[in-house]
Amino acid sequence: MAHSNTNYNLDQKYEFSAGLKKSIFIVLGIGAVILIAGIIAAMFGGHDQGHGDEAGHAFHWYHRLYANIWINNVYFTGIAVIGVFFFAIQYAAQAGWSTPLLRVFLAFGNWLPIAAVLMLVSFFLFNHDLFHWTHSYLFDKTGPEYDPIIDGKGSYFYWPMEKGTFPLFFIVRMVAFFGFWVFFFNKLKTLSFEQDIQGGNEYFYRMRKWSALFLIFFAVSSSIAAWDWVLSIDTHWFSTMFGWYVFASWFVAGLSAITLVTLYLKGQGYLEMVNENHIHDLGKFVFAFSIFWTYIWFSQFLLIYYAHIPEETFYFVERLQSDVYSPYIFVNLGLNFVLPFLVLMTRDAKRLGVFLKLVCSLIILGHWFDFFLMVQPGTLGQNGGFGLMEIGMLLVYASAFAFVLMSNLAKGNLIAKNHPMLEESYHHHI
Amino acid sequence: MERDKNFILGVYEDEDVLMNAVSKIRKAGVKIHEVYSPFPVHGLDEVLGYNRSKLPIAAFIFGLLGTILALTMQFYMMKFDWPMIIGGKDFAAFPSFIPVTFEMTVLLSAFGMVGVFLVSSNLKPWGQPKIFDLRITDDKHVIAIDLAVNANFGEEMLSDVLKSADASEINKKSFE
Repeated sequence: MAHSNTNYNLDQKYEFSAGLKKSIFIVLGIGAVILIAGIIAAMFGGHDQGHGDEAGHAFHWYHRLYANIWINNVYFTGIAVIGVFFFAIQYAAQAGWSTPLLRVFLAFGNWLPIAAVLMLVSFFLFNHDLFHWTHSYLFDKTGPEYDPIIDGKGSYFYWPMEKGTFPLFFIVRMVAFFGFWVFFFNKLKTLSFEQDIQGGNEYFYRMRKWSALFLIFFAVSSSIAAWDWVLSIDTHWFSTMFGWYVFASWFVAGLSAITLVTLYLKGQGYLEMVNENHIHDLGKFVFAFSIFWTYIWFSQFLLIYYAHIPEETFYFVERLQSDVYSPYIFVNLGLNFVLPFLVLMTRDAKRLGVFLKLVCSLIILGHWFDFFLMVQPGTLGQNGGFGLMEIGMLLVYASAFAFVLMSNLAKGNLIAKNHPMLEESYHHHI
Repeated sequence: MERDKNFILGVYEDEDVLMNAVSKIRKAGVKIHEVYSPFPVHGLDEVLGYNRSKLPIAAFIFGLLGTILALTMQFYMMKFDWPMIIGGKDFAAFPSFIPVTFEMTVLLSAFGMVGVFLVSSNLKPWGQPKIFDLRITDDKHVIAIDLAVNANFGEEMLSDVLKSADASEINKKSFE
């Protein structure tokens, strides 16, 4: 009723402008410089070198580099796969409002093959420095370092190989998850772009089928991926909520990134059919899932806090009673709960780009801190922290991610022009 | 003439006609008291030029009240009134207060919203809602215009405005 004009340019293509490319490369350069400065500072200023931590390992500056690479590997993998996940949700739920944004969601998946390579290579290079369970002496029953608890969990990593040798089951899972994620992503991408040429509603039904299959696979694989890649760092510890916790963190970060890219594209004059109602819906997603993340985070914390069982509480003791990490717990909750809760509560804040841009950028940083808090205490003990190396590495990864995302967005048509619900989305009104 | 006493009513059967009529009447400079319809008409509040409801503000204030009440209650009980050792923690163990605080916030904001809505819509138990036409709960839309508010028009002219705005019936209604 409000908008009767539906004469939109459906063949619009995003042009990856030289200006944006330049900005991305500048950020990449600044990130690299900060990273190198951080490495040099850590090499020569190296605190605690040679001192052993509880596990008896000496700490070296490069451990911190590896932990940083791992944080960003997991984090940006998550943001990428959330793009595909959110795309699939729209089809499975037969949602109409999001139709002009589908290509934006889908473009996030282009990072997945790169993430797969990064993840596998870093696992093979740094496994002993990141994952305590990769040490073979833990499984030697006669040795002094024999760990019956890790031995009990050993098959989960090493099956069918002997414990302490090659973690075949772990690697197979990693390869399989990335393999299937990339497979489903390519399938959906091919179908979506074929629909542009061929038209016809049967593409919609085929994509709905593939989306549903992907969602079933993702439900299981995202949870197991969280145990494998993050939870297994603290091998002794366990939490049945961990899969959801990592998923929630990924989802909020992914939604924030989607919102930012959408607002950027709109600011550049693309996606003119996306109005404040669509932006409002994205804002509601960010708002709602920030609270969902808080709910999961707090539920995990409260149960452990209340039950007060030492084998569970040490995870939080390690973080809350540490001078290095305890401030970031509050940074984490402040950026990921208090800020979106208070700022995005009103309707206007969700409809005006300026609030969303601010909050979404800070949420992306905030959820990086969430992964920082999951990875660093378990890998670095008290030798971690948030310094030049962390800032540099985050900037390098973020700009590389943005480059892959935007260059792939520029390759195809920006609008799924033959999607049967395109007309419906023009009239989205809330 | 007193306000809220004497009304002239335009009865409509179709919501599209109603929407056009509302725009037309407002364009003529007539102030509409209220429009009654048996079902929600999408976009009617925009045509009427209504501001957004202030109900969310009430929800926020009552929610905040719930938060404060729950925290005060628990701190008072656990720290001062009847301290108990649970799991070796402090008497005032803040994290364990959060679930109750959350529930109280939700409860009070919901109750507060319902209460404020009932009072402000004159549906409170002691209120006497004005029934303009019984058919508004069945199949007719009614535009109510307060004669006192539009005194500069006069009854005849208002009647003409409604007629030109395709009202199927034009009635008068007075309240004591």
